[in-house]
Amino acid sequence: MKHTVNVFCLALAVLTWVSATALPAGAAEPEKAPGIILADQAVKTKDLWITSDHSQHAILKQPFKSGPEVTAACLTCHNQAALQFHETIHWTWIDPATADTLRFGKAGMSVNNFCLTILSNEPRCTSCHAGYGWKDKSFDFSSQVNVDCLVCHEQTGTYEKFPAGSGHPAAKETFFAGEGKTYYPPDWNTVAQSVGRPTRENCGVCHFYGGGGDGVKHGDLDSSMTFPNKALDVHMGTDGQNFDCSRCHSTTLHNIAGRVYATPAAEDRKTLIEDDLATKITCESCHSSRPHKAGTKPNDHADKVACQSCHIPTFARVNPTKMWWDWSKAGVKKDGKPYKEVDALGKPSYMTIKGEMRWDKNVKPEYFWYNGSMSYLTLEDAIDPAQPVWITKPAGSPDDPKSRIFPFKIHAGKQPYDKISKRFVALHLFPRGPEDATAYWKHFDWDKAIANGMEYAGLPYSGEFDFVETKYLYPITHMVAPKDNVVTCIECHTAQESRMANLAGFYMPGRDSFRFLDAVGWFAVLASLVGVMLHGLGRIVSQKNRRE
Amino acid sequence: MNLGNLCKIYLYSRYERFWHWLQTLLIIILLVTGLEVHGVFTLFGFEQAVTVHEFVGITWLIAFAFFVFWLFTTGEWRQYIPTTRKVVAVVCHYGYGIFRGEPHPVPKQKEAKHNPLQRLTYLALAAVLLPIQMLTGMLYWGYNSWGDWGLSFLSLEVMAFIHMAGAFALFVFLIVHVYMTTTGHSPLAHIKAMITGWEEVEEGTTIEEWEKKRT
Repeated sequence: MKHTVNVFCLALAVLTWVSATALPAGAAEPEKAPGIILADQAVKTKDLWITSDHSQHAILKQPFKSGPEVTAACLTCHNQAALQFHETIHWTWIDPATADTLRFGKAGMSVNNFCLTILSNEPRCTSCHAGYGWKDKSFDFSSQVNVDCLVCHEQTGTYEKFPAGSGHPAAKETFFAGEGKTYYPPDWNTVAQSVGRPTRENCGVCHFYGGGGDGVKHGDLDSSMTFPNKALDVHMGTDGQNFDCSRCHSTTLHNIAGRVYATPAAEDRKTLIEDDLATKITCESCHSSRPHKAGTKPNDHADKVACQSCHIPTFARVNPTKMWWDWSKAGVKKDGKPYKEVDALGKPSYMTIKGEMRWDKNVKPEYFWYNGSMSYLTLEDAIDPAQPVWITKPAGSPDDPKSRIFPFKIHAGKQPYDKISKRFVALHLFPRGPEDATAYWKHFDWDKAIANGMEYAGLPYSGEFDFVETKYLYPITHMVAPKDNVVTCIECHTAQESRMANLAGFYMPGRDSFRFLDAVGWFAVLASLVGVMLHGLGRIVSQKNRRE
Repeated sequence: MNLGNLCKIYLYSRYERFWHWLQTLLIIILLVTGLEVHGVFTLFGFEQAVTVHEFVGITWLIAFAFFVFWLFTTGEWRQYIPTTRKVVAVVCHYGYGIFRGEPHPVPKQKEAKHNPLQRLTYLALAAVLLPIQMLTGMLYWGYNSWGDWGLSFLSLEVMAFIHMAGAFALFVFLIVHVYMTTTGHSPLAHIKAMITGWEEVEEGTTIEEWEKKRT
């Protein structure tokens, strides 16, 4: 009887434990994860209202001949807009968090491994400036009419800045040889009367084409994100929530939220429940920090692994992105003429003007500890050319409570540097006009192009250059896949080709083991197996002998 | 083996047998899923292996509490009191005498169901290895709560090392233990006893009349 009671008690205990863990309460209908329920509430109301029909404004019906004329018309009502915009990095291209004297930013000493720097190449680069006429250092940053309202606000999709027009659209029908495309002046009235809140198309005309072409820079931002489906981006999908960029990159006084150089996109990990007026929308704003079903392992990862690490299994899932750009191979001509070769993805693999390039699709990110801040080298920083130079580097470590493991794209390549001073160089690429005697894209002469670029930048140049391998990192945060397309446990928790293989300084189950312990352990297991087998064999033989 | 007349004694109570086989099952599942998590092979898939391992581990912890309760309320803990008496004789038996068909120096009795070597082994197991394995396993499982539990000073690496070392030790124990069951008067005799509760022992040792199986 005593035993029966004991067995019964144990069975009862086990049963209680089983039912408590295995069967969630109210399992009648498929349960939504708490993170989804929260987020659904955040996007319950979709329709925003607007109180003005711009096509009825007389001032927008007048004939316009240029962008600044349109801006002047906008400013008659929106009299603070340009002044607000002047304060933002979209206008200055200088990091607002650093001292102006450092000239830290695109417009200053920043360098990358694409076209290196805008300095001396402004007319081409500033076709992505939300302004008109930034063709060189003389650009008037205090001019209100130089602000380009239309590129961000027009909604016809027909407004195009001329690629080499210093931010202006084509004034008349103009052929652009670099793209083999003819540009036309916009229909100013239609365009001006169409204005509204920026959509994915507005942001995309620049941010999807950074680096001089579709998908060159980011890997998680390219033209496929203009009208993505849910499979490509679960939030922005036109067949789903249809988020615009500004749904998360919320805006105050024309200042758009997001990471800016060393300044993290968001410092706090708060939900909108904790702070419903938060100006920076992160995953956790809507989904909370424990978004998965209660008691499941993914919730336990959220403190150390960013959402993006699992929920963006690969980037460049539709269009290819550029992974490698070797400037040292540039300048080779065919029959005395610059030429271009195209790879299997339909992307240029060689261009005389740019060098060798490699593209890839469905790229697995690289992972780093990241606290939201990136460090950047500039033209003024000394480098060690003996090994690949990291122009950008994520800040963070496993010991930093603000750091999490985050996915990145690494764009690698080779670029010129000053052999003597061991610093990056500026390169004058884009010809200022037919008379230009130094532009690389006209003369293919490194010495002249570097000397001119450095002179323009106001920096010393020894006259000797070589090429150094560099890496430029981009955090991957867009192209969030639906929940059935996530990185699985075993892709990281494995000793074979773990996605986290390069992350050191912490123990990770499945990936890490103790070589010594494993060796001793398996030896002991094997030795005991062999031992008992020999022992058994000995017993059988000795027993046989005794019988005989 | 020169056997005298065999008689049956009721050695393992119903709960004891249930506990033994439950623990067998739990340990084997834990070993298999644990080794999969360690990356030795693929069977359930990592995620499933982790889920099963955690569930079975917690189950074991709860069941073990009942075992400890049973051990002390029934006084059976006395079976685990270590002794060095005759331990050399037992070791010699397994290393030598067993090949000559000599009888076991310490036959099983109701009051002493474990020989001195078993006592030492099982005490080390029940009092040291299993608790260590359960403790490190539970801490491993609660890794995310270390801060809340005031255990931030712990290192996952150390925890994993101890847990893995314990796993190897258990694996070795399992192999030797299973083999040792074949050393009875017939290869399956001990296993049969752990299923039925009745062990066949040689007559002549002091066995109380009431212990014998009534026919």
